[in-house]
Amino acid sequence: MTKTSKLRKSRESLKDTFRVFWLLFPYGLLFSTFIAIPVAMSIGLSLTYFNVVQAPEFSGFRNYITMLTQDEVFFRHIIPNTVKYALLVGPGGYILSFLLAWVLSQIQKGPRTIFALALYAPSMAGGVFISVIWRTIFSGNQSGYINALLLRYDLIESPIQFLLEPAYLLNIMIFVALWSSMGIGFLAMLAGILNINEELYEAAYIDGIQNRFQEIIYITIPLLKPQMLFGAVMAIVGAFNNGMIGVALSGMNPTPQYSGQLIINHIEDYAFQRYEMGYAAALSVALLGIVWLFSKLAYSLFGERD
Amino acid sequence: MANFFGSRSNPKKFAASQIKFYALLIPLSLFMLLPVVFIINQAFKPMDELYRFPPTFIVQRPTTLNFQYIFGIADASGVPLIRYLVNSFIVTAITVTSSIFLTAMTAYAFSKKKFRARAWLFRINQAALMFVPIAVAVPRYLVIINTGMENTYWAHILPLLAMPVGLFLVKQFVDQVPDEILEAARIDGAGEIAVMFRIVFPQIGPALATVGILCFQVVWNAVESSNIYVIDETLKTFAFYLNTFAVDQNPAMAGMAAAAGFIMFMPNLIIFIALQSRVMNTMSHSGIK
Repeated sequence: MTKTSKLRKSRESLKDTFRVFWLLFPYGLLFSTFIAIPVAMSIGLSLTYFNVVQAPEFSGFRNYITMLTQDEVFFRHIIPNTVKYALLVGPGGYILSFLLAWVLSQIQKGPRTIFALALYAPSMAGGVFISVIWRTIFSGNQSGYINALLLRYDLIESPIQFLLEPAYLLNIMIFVALWSSMGIGFLAMLAGILNINEELYEAAYIDGIQNRFQEIIYITIPLLKPQMLFGAVMAIVGAFNNGMIGVALSGMNPTPQYSGQLIINHIEDYAFQRYEMGYAAALSVALLGIVWLFSKLAYSLFGERD
Repeated sequence: MANFFGSRSNPKKFAASQIKFYALLIPLSLFMLLPVVFIINQAFKPMDELYRFPPTFIVQRPTTLNFQYIFGIADASGVPLIRYLVNSFIVTAITVTSSIFLTAMTAYAFSKKKFRARAWLFRINQAALMFVPIAVAVPRYLVIINTGMENTYWAHILPLLAMPVGLFLVKQFVDQVPDEILEAARIDGAGEIAVMFRIVFPQIGPALATVGILCFQVVWNAVESSNIYVIDETLKTFAFYLNTFAVDQNPAMAGMAAAAGFIMFMPNLIIFIALQSRVMNTMSHSGIK
């Protein structure tokens, strides 16, 4: 290689570095400002006492200690509610998504598109829509549909306050969250199943598998791992992003006797009603930790070992 | 095995063995759609039907009164409804187009450029798939206040632009565009911008449509920014305004709440139906390896 061509090459690569920089810069800036830095700030603030008015004051692990030893609401309500909700809506909704995606793959294209749309539609409903519909359906006065049905068949004597009664609220939240859980992970798994090469199934039948159940175990799931991982992460995140429905359904934060209180509502309560930002940040860190643990589990189940 | 009929996945025609799947899917789909049908009916019910006991599911004498009330009330409160609508249109249009563009160029760099931190940076983005925005409401609020974005359109737009899921999906899609085409275009004298706009972007249309939909769903339905970052009533969005009907406990609002939910939901549905085949195309490249 001559000297000039070497020089040209290095100048070319310098130019390329510049291009890459400018291509990445806008996204990188926004990503840092609204995702990375806030996460880092949460961790920082969680070690302080901060009431917005005065500057944050370093307090070490006091917020975490308070969370684990003194916040009675956190232990008696938030943790049990969040665990129950997250397990049923996350993995529960995920398994449901997979099974339905598989069932859809077993029928023809035309009807499949219509059914897929019907199943996906609820996940497009934003918070406004969700609270309007389900509040009318479960409404505590006699114009509520469920109450009207139960009254008509004499199953109850007077209307039940479904959304204000601690015994019902969390279960209704889980039900509603499951209803809207066939989201983008569901579409990803459906597309993934349809993409599996048909010859693989044929080969497997020649090798001795006999039914659809064995198809799923030996062909579909192993080949679908990447989509299943994507779907799992989406299911977990979706479950937590939907966490405000308790407040939306009951119309109050805190929810009646903390029955529908999830860690997300607890964060809002402390951050924007009590302005104890330090403690709210510690709760946020706990939440991010929980999501991370769930995702870790998904990665160890479906991720490719490298 | 005389009667082997190949794979039973993705069948081309109907067979008796599929009946059991239809038996599951038909009632389930009806159940999933029931609330949607319900709200459409509810939105067009006149007052007396809304309070009938026992409640009737199907509207008998449809009327647009609920919609008229929604539009009327905003006028009475001083801020005309059209103001919220215009805010929402501006915010949604800017957010969706910028997000598509931002995602496309970033994905192009991640897929077709070689740089040292590439794998590492992409892994950070992949970790951010797990990001739950609500968890960082506090620091986001502080960032917005300290950058002077509160009470401006920016507070609606900027936090939603960087979408890790979108970047992830589009990058997988750009990977499918063969390098040879880009090389050929460069030899023909195409610059970086031309390669991006003329060669890469047209080929990743489905993925960009998907990012557009995902972004639309987030920004159109967002109420947090109007709740927390924007105090000026004239800068709040339509979703926020309609949400005030939804959270109102007053039963007299039931019809208006339904009409509000209907207005919020329909654009999502229409856009998704229009673009659904592209979304499915994108999703087949969605795997995390």
